Order: sequence, then structure tokens, then C-alpha cells
Amino acid sequence: MNALTGAYVPGSSPLHRLPAGAKLAGLAVACTALVLLGSPLALAGAGVVVVALYALSRVGVAAAWAQVRPVRWFAVALFGMQLLFAGLDGAVSTTLRVVLAVALAGLVTLTTRTAAMMRALERCLSPARFVGLDPFRLSLLLSLTVRSVPVVAALAARVGEAQRARGVERSVRAFAVPLVVGALRHADALGEALSARGFDDL
Amino acid sequence: MAIEFDEVHVRLGQRDVLRGVTASLTERRVGVVGANGSGKSTLARLVNGLALPTSGSVTVLGLDTRRHAAKIRRGVGFLFTDPDAQIVMPTVAEDVAFSLRRKGLAREEVERRVADVLARYGLADHADHPAHHLSGGQKQLLALCSVMVLEPEILVMDEPTTLLDLRHSRQVAGLLGEMPQQVLVVTHDLPLLTGFDRVLVLDEGRVVADGSPEEAIGHYRKLMA
Repeated sequence: MNALTGAYVPGSSPLHRLPAGAKLAGLAVACTALVLLGSPLALAGAGVVVVALYALSRVGVAAAWAQVRPVRWFAVALFGMQLLFAGLDGAVSTTLRVVLAVALAGLVTLTTRTAAMMRALERCLSPARFVGLDPFRLSLLLSLTVRSVPVVAALAARVGEAQRARGVERSVRAFAVPLVVGALRHADALGEALSARGFDDL
Repeated sequence: MAIEFDEVHVRLGQRDVLRGVTASLTERRVGVVGANGSGKSTLARLVNGLALPTSGSVTVLGLDTRRHAAKIRRGVGFLFTDPDAQIVMPTVAEDVAFSLRRKGLAREEVERRVADVLARYGLADHADHPAHHLSGGQKQLLALCSVMVLEPEILVMDEPTTLLDLRHSRQVAGLLGEMPQQVLVVTHDLPLLTGFDRVLVLDEGRVVADGSPEEAIGHYRKLMA
């Protein structure tokens, strides 16, 4: 959940000091380059660069592994499917592309405060004002999404425990209904809390 | 007069939540107690315009909440029972800084104010930690920091210790005593009201007792017997 919950790892590495906008632009360029790189050898080279960037960021092995761990089974399935339909080269290339892109995105998350990311996004989205969209609202939406992941995960865990306690763990409805009701209640409460903090014109 | 309720009636759906509440709250520490569903939380929410009276009026800092809710909220901080519902940003320092976004302050000033308030409430060591990694008590302190960094004139707390253990409840009680603001606390935690200037008891939407903590809590205990 580390990558999804904006777990910034404090530090003073060159990557931490780089402006958030530059990192987001770099991420876009790097992901495009990963798509364009054709051979497994070139992608392996890109993998070495990603590992070097992680070493440069000094975020630690555990934080690095936490970025790619959530996609490990997806990567295995993807490799298997690609092996069947595109051969070994295609399977290695496609799987490496996905894993490296996730790792790079995770590196940006680990070395960038959410507030800095919000400011960068607001600047990027400022032309949206001309079509009636508020960049602050859009960046706040992103931040609230990130913040809501652990809250909904905790809610799901509580609902699961309550189900097990009542012996109805196999019922999808008994899981989904309280989860959705709880998430909607949380959304209401969050809206009210934003109003109470003076953000009532959103 | 800081908080004035004048013949306040609140009806939600088919239910009368508050029935003709009139009170003028000028004391520094005011508590509100009452059974579940007695209208306590609605009374608290009226103070910063999160709820509006169906009839009657609520005046806070000289302004009518019906017409000036947004302006009043800038002077009235509100602490909810569940801190998870009021933490907006992923990390501790970012959440406190978020409160200051509309102030137009320089980044250095924001960082200074955030560091000050985190140090005051014992969260300085957690500044860069993810908010969801904090304990329930620490989350409530973070929510308090995010309110207090705005230096409100009035602080409203809706059952602030309900989800806290004894240690954090005592910490919140201690902090309450030090705050220079006028504080209105809605609570079931009767020891929290020790030393308060005034306590109101609500029952079925009406103020049925109003006085010192000893008198009001005594009345409340009889009511609940």
C-alpha cells in the first residue's frame, strides 16, 4: 500500500531535491522511452538505470520492494500470457516495461511530498481554468484519493472481521453493503470536515 | 457576546432535534452533556454554520450563521469525534499545512507555523510520517493541530475523547486547560468537564440544566438514573 498511500520517505538526495514538476515530466519521458525500447537487452539496461536511481535516492530496499510488490502476481500472469502469445522476447520486454514503469512511478512518490505534487499538478492544470475547471479542486481530488486508500482499506478490514465474527464470510452482499455505506459516510464526513476547515466553497 | 442561541429550533426530517434553545455563552470553557440523540452534536454544529436553525438564530462573533457561515468558520475551529474523517493529506506536516493554504503565506512562514504547532502538541517527531500510521490518539492530536494552526477565536469539540485511551484523554484535557480560546465541548466524558466555567444539559432538544459542572452533572446523573 506504500505507493498508493503517498508514503514519502524523507531525505536529502538529489532526487528529493529535484522539483516535483521536473520529476513528473521525467516520469512521462521515461515511460514513453520504455514503450519505445524494443529489445529485452535495452530494457535490461533501463532496469540498471532504475536500480541506480533507487540507490541514488537512498530510500532503502524495503521501500523500493514495496513499490513493485503489489504488481508481482500481475507481472507473473502477464509474463505467462505473453509467453504463450508473443514468445520469450515479447514476454520479457512487456513484463519489464510494466515493472520498470511502476518502479519509476513509485520512486517519484517516495521522493516527493504530496503537497509539492499538488502544487506541480496545479501549475500543469492551470490552463484548465479556461474551460471552467479549478486546478486546486483537481489536485485536491488526487490528494483525497491517495488519503482515502488506507481509510477504505481499514474499513474493509473491519467489515471482514465483523463478517467472520458473524459467520457470514462468504456473502459478497454482507461485505459490499457495509463497505459502500461506510465509504459514503466517510465521504460525507470528509466533506463536512473540509467545510469546517474553511474549504466550503469547493 | 461570543455565542448566542436565540429560540433555536432545528427540525431534521420528521424529528425535532432542538426545541427552542436560548443561551448566551460568554464563558471560556463551556461543556454540553446529554443522552444520545439529545441534540448535543447539532448544537455544536450550529456554532460554525455546519447546521442551520430551522427557526430562531445563532450569532457567533457578532455574525449570524445563516448569512455569514463562511466568515464565521474562519474564526471557529471544529474538532470532530473521528479524526480519520478530518485528515485530508497523507502526511502529518502536510495535513497541518493544508489548513494554511488559503492564507497566502510564504512557504517559510507556513513551515514555521506547522513546526510550532506540531511541537506544541507533541507531534514534531512525526512530521513526515503517513497520517494513517498514527495511533487513534495521535490522529486526534493531528486533527487538533490542523485546527489550532489557524489560531481560531473559538474552538468547538464534538466528543473529542470518545475514541481515545485514558492517556490521550488526559492529554486532551490538559491541552484544553491551556488554550487561550473560548472552547465549547460536547462530551459523554464527564471528568473532562472538571474546572469548566459552565455546563449545559440537553434532553430531547431542550436545555434542562445550566450551571456549574457540579450542579449540571448532578442533574444529568439524576436524569440518566
